[in-house]
Amino acid sequence: MAKTTAKEVTNSLTRKRRRVSDIMLKVLIFLSSGIVVALTLGMIIYIVIKGTEGMSWNFLSTPAFSYPYENYGVLGNIINTFYLVLITLVVATPIGVGAAIYLTEYAKQGKLTRIIEFTTETLAGIPSIIYGLFGSVFFYNIFKVNYSLLTGALTLSIMVLPTIIRTTQEAIKTVPMGYREGSIGLGAPKWHMIRTVVLPSCIDGILTSVILSIGRIVGESAALIFTAGIAAEVGINSICDIFGKVMNQGGSLTVQLYQYAQRGGAEMKYAFSTALVLLVTVLIINICAKLVAYRIRRKRSV
Amino acid sequence: MEKTSDAIVAVGSVGKQKSAIRSKKSGFTNVTERIMKYIFTVCGITAVACVLMITIYMIISGAPAIGKIGITDFLFGDTWYAKKEQFGILPLILTSIFGTLGAIVIGVPIGLLTAVFLSELAPKALKNIVKPAVELLAGIPSVIYGLLGANLVKPLMYGLEEIIYANDPTHQFTGGANLASAIVVLAIMILPTIINISENAISAVPSEYREASYGLGATKIQTIFKVVIPAAKSGIASGVVLGVGRAIGEAMAIILVAGNSANMPELFSSVKFLTTGIVAEFPYSSGLHREALFAIGLVLFVFIMIINLILNGILKKGGKKEKTAKTAGKA
Amino acid sequence: MSDIIVPQSDVKLCTRNVNLYYGENHALKDINLDIKTNKITAFIGPSGCGKSTYLKSLNRMNDLVPDCKITGQFLLDGEDIYADGVDTNVLRRRIGMVFQKPNPFPMSIYDNIAYGPRVHGIKSKAKLDRIVEESLIGAAVFDEVKDRLHKSALSLSGGQQQRICIARAIAVQPEVILMDEPTSALDPVSTLKIEELMNTLKEKYTVAIVTHNMQQATRISDFTAFFLVGEMVEYAPTDELFSRPKDKRTEDYITGRFG
Repeated sequence: MAKTTAKEVTNSLTRKRRRVSDIMLKVLIFLSSGIVVALTLGMIIYIVIKGTEGMSWNFLSTPAFSYPYENYGVLGNIINTFYLVLITLVVATPIGVGAAIYLTEYAKQGKLTRIIEFTTETLAGIPSIIYGLFGSVFFYNIFKVNYSLLTGALTLSIMVLPTIIRTTQEAIKTVPMGYREGSIGLGAPKWHMIRTVVLPSCIDGILTSVILSIGRIVGESAALIFTAGIAAEVGINSICDIFGKVMNQGGSLTVQLYQYAQRGGAEMKYAFSTALVLLVTVLIINICAKLVAYRIRRKRSV
Repeated sequence: MEKTSDAIVAVGSVGKQKSAIRSKKSGFTNVTERIMKYIFTVCGITAVACVLMITIYMIISGAPAIGKIGITDFLFGDTWYAKKEQFGILPLILTSIFGTLGAIVIGVPIGLLTAVFLSELAPKALKNIVKPAVELLAGIPSVIYGLLGANLVKPLMYGLEEIIYANDPTHQFTGGANLASAIVVLAIMILPTIINISENAISAVPSEYREASYGLGATKIQTIFKVVIPAAKSGIASGVVLGVGRAIGEAMAIILVAGNSANMPELFSSVKFLTTGIVAEFPYSSGLHREALFAIGLVLFVFIMIINLILNGILKKGGKKEKTAKTAGKA
Repeated sequence: MSDIIVPQSDVKLCTRNVNLYYGENHALKDINLDIKTNKITAFIGPSGCGKSTYLKSLNRMNDLVPDCKITGQFLLDGEDIYADGVDTNVLRRRIGMVFQKPNPFPMSIYDNIAYGPRVHGIKSKAKLDRIVEESLIGAAVFDEVKDRLHKSALSLSGGQQQRICIARAIAVQPEVILMDEPTSALDPVSTLKIEELMNTLKEKYTVAIVTHNMQQATRISDFTAFFLVGEMVEYAPTDELFSRPKDKRTEDYITGRFG
């Protein structure tokens, strides 16, 4: 037993070799994941702690203004963000879903499909600041106003288009061929088949794309500074204003956060309060997306 | 269950109408069909139209300034000083390139290892912590990254700067608003992109490869690093390229930490990125200055288009390889 | 002290009272089987009767399956392979495996063969070159690929891929090679080549093979075990089992009455 040759040592089943490189890599893997979790947790805790300082009912229920006295609030920005989300979705959802239907149900595999898919990828890769520049020139030429919520929302509509197209496309692709064949086989025309079979079974997918889009719109800033502007007032004094507001400029929550942060000093705490509002919104959006995903999975497994 | 019954109902209702449609070939149905097809086609082409419009408008609004300044003076001029109408953007270009590279060097290893953790090693309980963290990281708006960068990363980097340059009287202290801070913020921002895409690529590696490796006596870690990651490399590469795209196009997260002086890139000097230059100067610019900012936008746009083409190339190549692997396996 | 097993000298792998459960499913029931050194042992039987499961438990590939519970005794040259502290990586080097579907790694032919030796710490280029060549010769595929060792292994035909996988398995110098229906995904010509190869393999290695194909078992194996719903019904020298089956179920199966 004492005399073991090299061959016997490596062949012995019970003599575990410790592989130093394995252990080191394992440590690095756990370390990296730890860093990611620590970063996320750290960021959330920091925002919550710093954000509560400037948080108050007054902060949420009044807009920011500097005359006749200074006031720090985000009501106007919350309303502006709401407008942006609403208009963008109203414009982008039908077009995006329509494009997805075209790609999956109508288009033949060919050049046009490839071009559409390539341009969709391209749109997804264009940075928001380019959207901002483009929107400010393009929509100025149409509306002749420098900044407006409508300009901002239309710019964002282009930006979220790829999200809606791709997510909806994925959802449509999971509708079993048998459903379609069942309908087409009975002589139903295409649109009828889409309306009665395809759309109802991918409604959750469309919902997911809408939720993801809301996330992008709420978090967007660079594309909005040059298009929707930075105004922080509520700007609704009569019923007409509800619709008229879309042609006025209006800064989103993110833009207001940037304003507060840029001025710094005493206003920094309001930047964090705004960040807290944004963070809570993002959390709610994430939870909604999870719920829809859960619903889809449960349906599929049944 | 719900879904199937829906479909059955739907199919059933179609069945009832079958005879009516067949016998009459009703004109109304035909017109609706044609209109709907037309509408969907228009929707489909919208994306193409948007990209075309964006391209045209970026060129129309960016090219004049390049013409006036001169393309070499613009791209390779080393001084950007708007007040004196000096519009050389070489420092901005180099800052964007080095900033992005820095973010990749830090972000990719951490992101890739986290992806490995999620798809190969994590016990379910830990996966349920890390995965939502990554999702949340992806959802946090970029201005918030900027805000946190200004409050947390800047002081940290200033501390580092003070230590490194303690005995260097010529160094201009930045107070932490420098390239290094921007790189850290960008590296964190691209993590979710790298993690998600790499994780998908790694999970898509067929389990047969893993089995074969274990069957030869390889350990789990050896299998991951010698078989799984190489097999997923085109997917991982597309994640890295997407990360590059995200980093080079990011503005709001770094504008508060980069310092905003158009210096040549050095870790601890105040710098201006292509993106932050536009955001910082756009509001008060006019005339040639504004045109020059659009020209910067055009340069950035060209960068992004190149990145897109590279990405497309990787995806195509990766797709082809997978296909040959599949057919070879079947033979 | 009747449960002490003294393996005979010509037995490479000795298994006693093997029971295996996938969760609630009792997949192997009380299997007792000895695999003899430098012989080919074939496992036959209908699909889903535990042949592959048993094969995989011989080099602990079932460890990778969650919820899998194994009891009983597995001895490799008298050493318990399920004992505490057994290094499965050493075990799997000594008991190699070839899978049903050819599964070369998506890398060059050379790197495929060199993978195992590299994993076990061989770095010298000259040594690796020699191992790669010897293994490819050993798997009867060297002449077909010697000019393109650095091309992707996925560019080869299915039969060539499977022989690459065999070469990859013998490159780590195993003592036993387990084969899980290695020809079921191949055409007849490739199958023939691999069967010929197996006859030469047994000179150096102990081979255990799962096969669906009874003719294949009669052509290549020295011993055959017949599995049916998790039980090992009969185990005998191949010509004996096929000519004079002792069990009625074996007879029904080999005469084609079911399965």
